[in-house]
Amino acid sequence: MDALASFVAQLLNGLAGASSLFLVAAGLSLIFGVTRIVNFAHGSFYMVGIYVAYSAVAWIGEGPGYWPALLVAAVAVGIVGALVEILLLRRIYHAPELFQLLATFALVLVIKDAALWLWGPEELLGPRAPGLRGSVAILGRQFPAYDLFLIVVGPLVLGLLWLLLTRTRFGTLVRAATQDREMVGALGVNQAWLFTAVFALGAMLAGLGGALQLPREPATLELDLHTIGAAFVVVVVGGMGSIPGAYVAALLIAELKAICIWLGVVEIAGVAISFSKLTLVVEFVVMAVVLVVRPWGLLGRPQAAPRQGGAIEAPLRAPDSLAKAATAALVLALVALPAISSQSPYVVVLAVDILIAVLFATSLHFIMGPAGMHSFGHAAYFGLGAYGAAILLKATGAPMLAVLAAAPLVAAAGAVVVGWFSVRLSGVYLAMLTLAFAQIAWAIVYQWDAFTGGSNGLTGVWPPEWLADKRAYYALTLALVLAGVFVLRRILHAPFGYAMRAARDSVLRADAIGIDVKRVQWVAFVIAGLFAGLAGALFAFSKGSISPESLHVGKSVDGLVMVLLGGIQTLAGPVVGAALFTWLHDTVARSTEYWRAMLGGIILILVLLFPQGVAGFARQVVYGRRDARSER
Amino acid sequence: MSAAGPSQGARPLPREGASEAARAVPAGTGHAEVLLDVHALSAWYGAAQILFDVDLAVRRGEVVALMGRNGAGKSTTLKAIMGMVDRRRGTLAFMGSDISTAEPHQVAQAGLGFVPEDRRIFTDLTVAENLEVGRQPPRRWSDGSEASTWTPERLYRLFPNLGGMPDRPGGRMSGGEQQMLTVARTLMGNPYLVLLDEPSEGVAPVIVEQMAHMILELKGQGVSILLSEQNMHFAELVSDRAYVLEKGQIRYTGTMADLAADDEVRRAYLSL
Ligand SMILES: Nc1ncnc2c1ncn2[C@@H]1O[C@H](COP(=O)(O)OP(=O)(O)O)[C@@H](O)[C@H]1O
Ligand SMILES: [Mg+2]
Repeated sequence: MDALASFVAQLLNGLAGASSLFLVAAGLSLIFGVTRIVNFAHGSFYMVGIYVAYSAVAWIGEGPGYWPALLVAAVAVGIVGALVEILLLRRIYHAPELFQLLATFALVLVIKDAALWLWGPEELLGPRAPGLRGSVAILGRQFPAYDLFLIVVGPLVLGLLWLLLTRTRFGTLVRAATQDREMVGALGVNQAWLFTAVFALGAMLAGLGGALQLPREPATLELDLHTIGAAFVVVVVGGMGSIPGAYVAALLIAELKAICIWLGVVEIAGVAISFSKLTLVVEFVVMAVVLVVRPWGLLGRPQAAPRQGGAIEAPLRAPDSLAKAATAALVLALVALPAISSQSPYVVVLAVDILIAVLFATSLHFIMGPAGMHSFGHAAYFGLGAYGAAILLKATGAPMLAVLAAAPLVAAAGAVVVGWFSVRLSGVYLAMLTLAFAQIAWAIVYQWDAFTGGSNGLTGVWPPEWLADKRAYYALTLALVLAGVFVLRRILHAPFGYAMRAARDSVLRADAIGIDVKRVQWVAFVIAGLFAGLAGALFAFSKGSISPESLHVGKSVDGLVMVLLGGIQTLAGPVVGAALFTWLHDTVARSTEYWRAMLGGIILILVLLFPQGVAGFARQVVYGRRDARSER
Repeated sequence: MSAAGPSQGARPLPREGASEAARAVPAGTGHAEVLLDVHALSAWYGAAQILFDVDLAVRRGEVVALMGRNGAGKSTTLKAIMGMVDRRRGTLAFMGSDISTAEPHQVAQAGLGFVPEDRRIFTDLTVAENLEVGRQPPRRWSDGSEASTWTPERLYRLFPNLGGMPDRPGGRMSGGEQQMLTVARTLMGNPYLVLLDEPSEGVAPVIVEQMAHMILELKGQGVSILLSEQNMHFAELVSDRAYVLEKGQIRYTGTMADLAADDEVRRAYLSL
């Protein structure tokens, strides 16, 4: 009986957790459906919801102030959402999809620092809800009354949203726009207004979802990325744009987690399996399974090909004499760098970081640009390379160069597995699947104390004597990074590169001329993983230690930002973007506590000024304006 | 015809026989107010220029056919007027106001309705909901008289098929029913002028006939129509005047009757 009681208690706990998850995911899904923007800042809205609710309770007064404070938080976040849409997103609806994504990444940074500035770095736990402080006995166990309230909120909001979407003109327009927003415009509906309203509504739901967690979960600055990951999973599992699907998925995931906690450590055939450790990955496992089996989600519908298929990408430019001269000058400068900067040894240290970032970003660009596969989990291969190097070194004591050669193969092996699944999908779904695998890899590394050092990571990964000097290590890094970038470029200009681009531009036509599209994409994915792994291995030896952060989603996002910042349509893009990002990160972080906001602000300005990326912009200045984009 | 609502149009029209009604309007109808005036319109998809300095006009009360073979640029002309192409150049005036740089929703709000050739029904929405998306407030002509105002009930009378299935999702209708719905949806905006893209394409002959009736009925209500069409017979049945497009340029302008009689032009630019 007691086992049953604790099982029921965990199930109820899962239901309570599902409600907030559903609110966030429903908002994300609505916004994506209508605006086609994948709003990475949605988790930030959730986080702001908790913080604002915390302050509002304090301001209105604890006790009776609790319920109004929830509303204040929801409305405040809704207003923030509306402002974001009006001031930022509205200006970039015609920009390529990935640029919109970059803008929302930048928002995450800005909002995080705004919260840091307003509420400080400490965790803040709110008061309990008046009237619901006690607990209710269920099967002889005490269950918090507030959790029962939360269990009701999920279906309640689902019902209200359903009424809004089916019984009002606004809802009808939202559903119509989710299918064909251009046609809605041609029927006289001002999309700008509709988009603002939807964005505000979605943000409000996220804010409410956060505020409702006030007594259960402390407000922290990590909630944003944590929440967005979970919300993406729910939206994908439930089916993009399906609100009931989001509820079902939130329920499924919350319950699976609850069951894992309930199971605890179980012995199966003599092996102790800790199910409670699975809670970090269970949602990503579910998402991976759903994406492979039913990519459009549980209650979603297979999507028709997107109507507005972006601008056709220009062919890659073969390097002309100007570009060659610039490259040669750059290489010379890099070779001479240690000599030039002998007065300030830090320059070489920073240069190593930049070079590693360049290789990482170039490998990501290799699949994102020419192959059109937008990986959101590229840090997995960086991390596999880094951990591969550290573990090989410690376990075998092999010489560093051998380790440096073997570690990328570890990453490539990971990419073989993930790539096999990923090339079966495209677009957002592919992005989400790569993210899911990366999160699974992260969770394993994070929890496997015996093998990976768990959350502490591994230390003592130093290169041998002859590379101990930073300048020597710089020389090695420079040689390997140059070689890596050169090889990746050569591949793009070889027949295999043509096949990649053909597969990106039209799967059907590429198929028709005899290209095995999936195979080409798979090989490309593995090549990209291999070089990301090399970057990771170089990174491990340059720092002497390695932590799970190296394959965290934050690192993947860094890579995306570098590629997008530089511009996805040029080969110089990832090089410029990685250098700029790493340098900005370094300088800004040393000059202010609020480096994220500065960085985010700079990215936003760049996005608004140069929707083609920095390198794309520079190329335009040098080579003149080509095929003018839409005048609208 | 008998199912249609009461005529509120200020222009009494002879109603005996469709083609008589069409031909009854004097060639050129030079006295009526110009609703839509298109001058030197060029349009692009990406880097490809599709239209080259197209000139055309539609007057109040007219049905004007825009003829041409497949790929001549008929649909592009209509979309360019709406502002739904990648890039356009030229002067566009609708009822005296400049719409050369207007967004599609502004054009629609000005009273210019658009019926796309690929229908673009909202398949997840019911018939009634599809109509709701198109709804706009009633309008008045500049002289103060009331423009034709459409309600779902009136439209269900005009298209009895739709009236029998207001709660059916758009995705579960036949091609002909979808064709009616896309027209009805645009009429919910109470347009002065409808840009109608190949209503006779790919539907059964009985639907084609209904479409012809519908166009004449609209005309009777005082709604003007710019009709993109390849089907000479259909165009002849309903239109007053015609333009012929080829490779994005206007090759012929004249009355429908003259075009119908001009074998040379028809052989050169139309597939007959
Ligand atoms: N979305 C588009 N993108 C690029 N080219 C297009 C597009 N739509 C039409 N075209 C091209 O524009 C030309 C005119 O097409 P269209 O206006 O649809 O002709 P019509 O309606 O007279 O059959 C054709 O050559 C067609 O291939
Ligand atoms: Mg056409």
